[in-house]
Amino acid sequence: MELVEYRQLLYILAWRDIKIRYKQSVMGFMWAILLPMVIVAAGLLMKLAFSFVSGKSMDSSDLASIMVKALPWSLFITSIKSCTNSLTSNSNLVTKIFFPREILPGSAILANLFDFMVAVLTLSVILVFMNTGISIYLFWLPLLFVLLLIFTAGVGMLLACANLFFRDVKYIVDVILTFAIFFTPVFYDASMFGKWEPLFMLNPVGAILESIKAVVILHQSPDMTWLAYSIVSSVSALMFGWIVFHRAEFMFAERI
Amino acid sequence: MSDTVLEFDGVWKKFRKGECYDSLRDLIPAVFKKTVTAKKREELIDTEFWALRDVSFQLKRGEALGIIGPNGSGKSTSLKILSGILRPTRGTMMVKGRMSALIEVGAGFHQDLTGRENIYLNGTILGMKKADISKKLDEIIEFSGISDFIDTPVKRYSSGMYARLGFSIAAHVDPELLLVDEVLSVGDMWFQEKCIKKMLSFKESGISIIFVSHNLASVNLLCERTALLKKGELKMIGETRQVISEYIHGNTDAAELKNEKNAIWGAKLLDDRRQPCNIVSPQQCLSLEFKFLCEKALSECQLGFVVNRISDGLTICDYNMTFNYTENEANGEMQGKIRFETNLLREAYVITLHIYHYPSATHIAYAKNLIYFSVEERLSCNGTAHLNPILQIKRADELVAKIYVNTKGNWVEDKSDITLM
Repeated sequence: MELVEYRQLLYILAWRDIKIRYKQSVMGFMWAILLPMVIVAAGLLMKLAFSFVSGKSMDSSDLASIMVKALPWSLFITSIKSCTNSLTSNSNLVTKIFFPREILPGSAILANLFDFMVAVLTLSVILVFMNTGISIYLFWLPLLFVLLLIFTAGVGMLLACANLFFRDVKYIVDVILTFAIFFTPVFYDASMFGKWEPLFMLNPVGAILESIKAVVILHQSPDMTWLAYSIVSSVSALMFGWIVFHRAEFMFAERI
Repeated sequence: MSDTVLEFDGVWKKFRKGECYDSLRDLIPAVFKKTVTAKKREELIDTEFWALRDVSFQLKRGEALGIIGPNGSGKSTSLKILSGILRPTRGTMMVKGRMSALIEVGAGFHQDLTGRENIYLNGTILGMKKADISKKLDEIIEFSGISDFIDTPVKRYSSGMYARLGFSIAAHVDPELLLVDEVLSVGDMWFQEKCIKKMLSFKESGISIIFVSHNLASVNLLCERTALLKKGELKMIGETRQVISEYIHGNTDAAELKNEKNAIWGAKLLDDRRQPCNIVSPQQCLSLEFKFLCEKALSECQLGFVVNRISDGLTICDYNMTFNYTENEANGEMQGKIRFETNLLREAYVITLHIYHYPSATHIAYAKNLIYFSVEERLSCNGTAHLNPILQIKRADELVAKIYVNTKGNWVEDKSDITLM
C-alpha cells in the first residue's frame, strides 16, 4: 500500500506538528494533559451536582471513571478537529507536491496521539496512587484503543474531505464537538439512564468508552454485544470515510 | 524496451472559472434558487475553460525537454498533471521511474522550524529517505551557502536565503526524472548560475529533465528539445533554437502609432546571407529592413533606432539618425535598411523604430518592440556589451597563447600568430 511507502512522510509531518506545538510554548508537556484535566474538573462538578440531587455520595471510583473516559474522549475530539483542518491548512502541499493525501489526516491523528500517550502515562501514575488495581481484563485495552483509532480515522477523513469542499464544515464540527460531550457517556454512565441505556450506547464512541471503563475500573470484560457493535461501526466508519476520501482525492488540488 | 520515460497522450484539461460554492451556507440557498427559478442549463458551460487541448509529447531517458510559452498557456498545469496532483479531463499520462517535482522552492517549509529541521521536512516531502538526508546534510548546507544561519527559524530568513536553501535541498534529491517549474526565477544571478550548473550535471548522470521557464537563455542552455505551448495547445515541439525563435517571432507587437500618412512596418532581421534570423552570435552583422511612409519632408525628420534589453528594459542604444535627403518624393512608400553589428552578449533584445519630426517636436510614427532577437554565446557569465577581447600570454617575450572570439562566437586558441603584440 502506498501508505507504507510514504510512512516517513507521515512521521515527519506528525513530528512537525508536535515540534511546533511545543517549540514556543511555556507550558511544555503540560499541554498534553490540559484538556483532559479540564474535562475531569467539569465532570467532577457534574458528579457533585448529581450526588446532591440523588443523595448518593461520590467515591474515588467515580473520579477514576471520569478520568479514564476523559482521556480517550479528548483524543477523539482533538483528532477530529485536527483532521477536519488537515487538508486546508496544508494547502501548499496539496497543490504542489504529490503524495497520497490520506497522510495528512493520518499525521494529524498521530500528532494528537503523542499528547495522548503523555496523558496516559500521567493517568497511569495517578490510578496507581488511587489503588484502582490491575486485572487481566486490561488485555482488552489494545483492541478498544485500535477501534477508537479506526473510527476516528474514518470520521476524520470524511470531515477533512468535506471541509475542503465546503469551508464552513469546520465551524459545524466545532459546535457539535463542544456539545457532543453531553451526548456521550463521559461525565455520566450510560447505565444511569436505565432503560434508555441502549440509546446512549448507540453512539459508537460512547460504546467504546464504556468498554474501556468496564475493563479498567470495574475489572470486567466488556459487554459482548456492544463490543461487536463497536467493531462493526468502527470498521464501517473507516471504510466509508476512506472510500469517500479516495474518490474525491483527485479534485483536491483544484478545489482547495 | 522503450527508452521513453514520460508520455503525454492526447491530454485535455478543463477548469472552472469564477466562484464555486465553497461553503454549505452558500450552497444550500443556491440549490434552492436553482430549483425554484428555472434557469437555462447552457449557462454552466460558460464557466469552464480548457487549460490544455490535446497535448501529446514524449520524453526519452537522459533528455532535457523545455516547455515555454506565454503566461496562461498551460505549462504549470502540464507539470501538475505529470506529478499527479491533477488528473487530466481526457487523455492519458505515463511516467516511469522515480520522479521529483520542484513546483515551488521551499514547499512545505514551516516558518517556526529552523533551517536544519526544514531540511529534513522538505527533503522527506520531496521523496528522500531520512537516512539519505542525514548522509547528505553537510553537502546540502554547504551548497546553500547559509551555514551560519542554519539553526535559525526560517521565518527570519530573507527571500534569497529561502530560495537558496530550498533549491539546495531539491538539488540533492537524486531522482530519475526531474520536473522543474520556474524555480530559477528567484535568487541572484550567481545563484541562478549555480542552479543551471547543477541541472547540467544531472543531465550528465542520465537524469531526464522537464524544464518550464520564461528564461529563454537557460532553456537554450539546458534543453536539446523544447515544446511551445500557447493557450493550451502544443504549437510546436522540436529543436530548441527553432522553437525559441518561433516563440519570440510569433509574439511581435503591432506598431503603435501609425495612420495612412505615416507608418513603419514590414520589419525583417536578416543575417549576411539575407536569411531571416532571430538568434545571433556576438560580432554578427545584421540588417534590419523595413518599409516606411512619411508625409513630412525627410530633412525635418529623424529615424530613431532603439535597442532595449528585455529582462530589465535597459536601453542598449538610442540613435537618432538624421536624413541627409533634402527632397522627398510625395508620399511614396520607402524602404529602409539599417546594418549593424551585434556587439552584444547573451541576452534577449528588442528593436524599436520611430520617426521624429523636430519642428513640431512630435513622433509621427512609432513602432515599439518591432522585432526581437536574442544573442547566443557561452563566452560570458553576464553583461551586455561585447568588447571583442583578445587575450595574449607571453613568457619572456615569447607568445605562449592567444585566445579570441571567432565569427561563430566561440573561444578559439591560436599559438601561431606572434605578430600582434
